Amino acid sequence: MKICVLVKQIPGSEATFNVTPDGRWIQESGLPFEMNESDIYALEEALQIREKMGEGEVFVVTLGPDRCQKTIREALAKGADRAIHIKEEAPFCTDPLTIASVFTQVIREENPELVLSGLQSDDLGFGQTGVLIGEMLGMTTATLVVATEIQDEDIRVKRELEAGWFQWQTMKLPASLAIQSGLNTPRYPSLRGIMTARKKEIKDVSFNDLRNVDFLQSFKKLSIQHAEKHTEMIEGSVDEIVSKLVNVFKNEIRIN
Amino acid sequence: MDFSYTEEQLLIQKTAREFALDHLAPCVINRDEKAEFPAEQIKMMGELGFMGMMIPEKWGGAEIDTIGYCIALEEINAVDASAGVIMSVNNSLVCQLLYTYANDNQKEKYLKKLASGEWLGAFSLSEPQSGSDASNMLAVAKKDNDHYIINGTKNWVSSGISCDAVIVFVMTEKGIGHKGISAFIVEKGTPGFSHGKKENKLGIRGSDTCELYFEECKVSAENLIGEEGNGFKIALGTLDGGRIGIATQALGIARAALDRSIEYANERKQFGKTISSFGAIQDKIATMATNVDASRLLIHRAAKLKDEGKPYKKEAAMAKVFASQTAMQNATDCVQIFGGYGYMQEYGVERLMRDAKITQIYEGTSEIQQLIIARTLLGNK
Repeated sequence: MKICVLVKQIPGSEATFNVTPDGRWIQESGLPFEMNESDIYALEEALQIREKMGEGEVFVVTLGPDRCQKTIREALAKGADRAIHIKEEAPFCTDPLTIASVFTQVIREENPELVLSGLQSDDLGFGQTGVLIGEMLGMTTATLVVATEIQDEDIRVKRELEAGWFQWQTMKLPASLAIQSGLNTPRYPSLRGIMTARKKEIKDVSFNDLRNVDFLQSFKKLSIQHAEKHTEMIEGSVDEIVSKLVNVFKNEIRIN
Repeated sequence: MDFSYTEEQLLIQKTAREFALDHLAPCVINRDEKAEFPAEQIKMMGELGFMGMMIPEKWGGAEIDTIGYCIALEEINAVDASAGVIMSVNNSLVCQLLYTYANDNQKEKYLKKLASGEWLGAFSLSEPQSGSDASNMLAVAKKDNDHYIINGTKNWVSSGISCDAVIVFVMTEKGIGHKGISAFIVEKGTPGFSHGKKENKLGIRGSDTCELYFEECKVSAENLIGEEGNGFKIALGTLDGGRIGIATQALGIARAALDRSIEYANERKQFGKTISSFGAIQDKIATMATNVDASRLLIHRAAKLKDEGKPYKKEAAMAKVFASQTAMQNATDCVQIFGGYGYMQEYGVERLMRDAKITQIYEGTSEIQQLIIARTLLGNK
């Protein structure tokens, strides 16, 4: 089985952000970058499916600037067979439809039976790429996937619904699945994997060459919210304090 | 000269760091208290390739250079110096010795298993009466047709209980000093080969250190590594590399002490301010950080020389003596910065102090390192 995994590089969760002078993006210099969390799980799921089936190919596709090379190597070190790097330079495209259409052109040529993506990127968080790609490629599509089972021509997936409910759904292959974090235990790259990663193929393609639609959305202004602490003294009799406190819990902090 | 890590080196560091935080950090205090060997973790480290890092793939290793090995070893030791010494002994002493001095049959039979982490190895040179003066050893091996009969007692053997095979140095000819020493590999379970109780140590308590007993222990002549009488040369050649390993262990401990100190100094408030705003604390942190960097630079220089096939004896000795001194100093200062909390087990920094001490003692004491450095410079033997 040929499996495509979409992997995105995002700023590390512990990073401190500053906005660029033009207010359109974050200052990247000095920021740590890492693989998007749910993509790590998507990659692991792909590797496990390949291992279970005893054959197949896992290739990763990444969109982003040169720095993404590091994330691509990490995916290769973990066991992906090869990679396609859709290179783009700043200012970066943040329009999900354009992104999906560019990915679609690359993936269509490869004709995989399964496309796995993380549920959403932890930086922009649109959560649309996997769904749009599935639609554009005419694949069956599922989101919030927490388990997979290949059954000949079909794939059975477990989806997370609301309020602790789950749904098992059998779908036709080829399929595009948006993977929820936590469905497996991602592996560490083995040292041998790290050393052999550099021998694996990374094919570069240009984002601008593939772009065939106009951006439907772009960032006008980026701002960073600073949380402010404030302390309020509640005064009065015990009864008054209790009722004021209950009001704060109910209506301000919203404890259910 | 390039001081930045390559993409691969960064990934090695990340993998080692994440593994150490996920699998070694959670019960490290408990293992230290109970003197419990991290068996499960060492098995996983073997599967990831950490136990035979510098050995070519052909012989079961990960085929990484010495600097890459040092980067990983620093991360493991920054979290658990017991797991760190088990890793260091298997890599820099056991696997490296077999790779350099064993014949292909021995490599096929032993190195593959030891470098892939299927087996764990130990290195046994010291005896109760012979430490730094290895030529004074009493253990003997007597040739008997195509076998040798080994008799004697060895001590301070790291991983002596958990290992599957040990490289042991014994006298094959008496009365000619170190020229009579030979090296053998002996498998666990060989009749006449047994181990003593686990030593109760000050630090690195998770590593199992013990005596080894050889009583009429019959091993095949095929287990002789190199030639008869070459043992001393093999031991010294291997220990140069081992010193890079122990220097790195010391670096890991020293860095952990620095990291913990910075974290604590920024949190702990006294007189209405964080203690990091006090000059006395800043002075300690600045010295700790400078010595950590100096240790790492010394270690990586020795590692680079080793990778280039150039002499590195003096540089490895300098790295070990300096890094181990730094580990001891930083761990002591870290406990001082933590004050009363540092003296308590649950904060995990008193362990750094106990673990640090051994790095000034084993695989050549600091005094021996000074001797090596001075002799190399002065040209006397």
